[in-house]
Amino acid sequence: MSSAPLSPDGPGRNRFEISKLDLFYGDFQALKSVEMSVRDRMITALIGPSGCGKSTLLRCLNRMNDLIHGTRIQGKVLLDGQDIYHASTDVTNLRKRVGMVFQRPNPFPLSLYNNVVYGLRVAGVHSRKELDEIVERSLRAAWLWDVVSDRLDHSALELPLDQQQRLCVARLLAVQPEVILMDEPCSALDPIATMKIEELMLELKKEYTIIIVTHNMQQAARVSDFTGYMLLGEMIEFGGTKDIFTRPSNKLTDDYITGKYG
Amino acid sequence: MRIHPRYVQYGAVAILSGGTLLTLAVLVFIVVFVLEKGLPVLSLDFLLSSPQDMGRAGGIFPTLIGTIALPLLAILIATPLGIGTSIYLTEYTRENRVTRVIRFGTDCLAGIPSIIFGLFGFIFFVTILGMGWSILSGGLTLAFMILPTIIRTSEEAIKAVPKSYRDVSFSLGATRWQTVKRVILPNALPGILTGVMLGIGRSIGETAAVIFTAGSSLRLPTSIFDSTRTMAVHFYILAREGISNENAYGTAAALIIAVLLVNLTAYWLMHWFIAKRS
Repeated sequence: MSSAPLSPDGPGRNRFEISKLDLFYGDFQALKSVEMSVRDRMITALIGPSGCGKSTLLRCLNRMNDLIHGTRIQGKVLLDGQDIYHASTDVTNLRKRVGMVFQRPNPFPLSLYNNVVYGLRVAGVHSRKELDEIVERSLRAAWLWDVVSDRLDHSALELPLDQQQRLCVARLLAVQPEVILMDEPCSALDPIATMKIEELMLELKKEYTIIIVTHNMQQAARVSDFTGYMLLGEMIEFGGTKDIFTRPSNKLTDDYITGKYG
Repeated sequence: MRIHPRYVQYGAVAILSGGTLLTLAVLVFIVVFVLEKGLPVLSLDFLLSSPQDMGRAGGIFPTLIGTIALPLLAILIATPLGIGTSIYLTEYTRENRVTRVIRFGTDCLAGIPSIIFGLFGFIFFVTILGMGWSILSGGLTLAFMILPTIIRTSEEAIKAVPKSYRDVSFSLGATRWQTVKRVILPNALPGILTGVMLGIGRSIGETAAVIFTAGSSLRLPTSIFDSTRTMAVHFYILAREGISNENAYGTAAALIIAVLLVNLTAYWLMHWFIAKRS
């Protein structure tokens, strides 16, 4: 990695450009005029105390908030320059491009194989040969192939939790997303399993743009290139991870990362 | 005076286990009573030969056919309608006044005595639509009668499918229908099957709604436009008219065994299905 401090204004291509984003659940305003950009093939971390809106912000990026009744959105979320909230957006296609790994490992109660091919079958891929290839490639990319290649027909629920989470990553990689959203992907895992997922993220960064929501500040510091600190629905500070953790410009950020608050 | 919790605990166990035993005993008593009186009459010949002299002699073959045809038709109509309705209510609408009214209506419908359904079927299908006393009229009436059960059990089964499955499915680019078809229905199927089986059980044993709509002809039906008599109706008529107590119990025994077989099949199907998926 380059030694020059990363900054949102530095070189490189932005995938997401978020400006003046407000989100309401009924009368409650969960996001307040959020500004953020997401750099291509970098890891962007969102930190902040519970209820600060970081998961909500994440779920704006693949429009999963659409599924919650009473959600209203103002402002712009551009993906490669296209407003994803424009009426012409094909939401299912958006979700294929912007995939998600959830907080708790949530494989379907199906075989490993059928889990990985779910998104492909939904997209209309039925050739057994093609599916086989993608299953192997995806499981290899999620570092699971060597562990499970001999029992692809077993139930996914038999796997230990961290392998279940990596299976969920493989299931996502199978649909070849461009951006991966991770909503506290390690909160159900022990430290060793967490480390494996973090290593995996650094590997995936070579090909994918990753945005991770985490409770764990060390995790953000370890894996991310950019960090945004959120509080009560506002983006308090956003910048290169090193800057945020060594010389935050906002007092509130400083309080949070030094443990005075949160 | 305060009774020691341990004795209260003994008391609770005694009352609960006593109640369970009593329930079981009543059930066993009924089944044994009917089988004891009916089994001596019951034979393959009894099942497969035609009744003679109003059922005083001979077998019950036409009623066996009627007992298969009516519930089968009812279930073929009510299952897709019921599952469709429950999918619509749970997946395609938000919880609001309209869905609450529909749900309340469904619950009321489930509580209506079957003879009312019979009367409705008689007026609507038999008379107004001119279907006459027929398997069709009876099957439609029974379908309406068991529809609420199927809707409600399917709804509960669908609601029990974890929300995370839906989230994952949507996040992988699936549409709502794909999610319903590939994730929700397969996972809700055991519960849905339970509802369908309850429906079959209820329609096999039904008399009031059937007499009014399918009639009580003892002839072998050749199409769904013919009148027929089910085993339950046959039993009712034999016993009530004092035609033949012996054959009445024979029919009752056959009916009980049929219901038992249906339940065993359902049980087996459910386990087979759960085993197959996991």
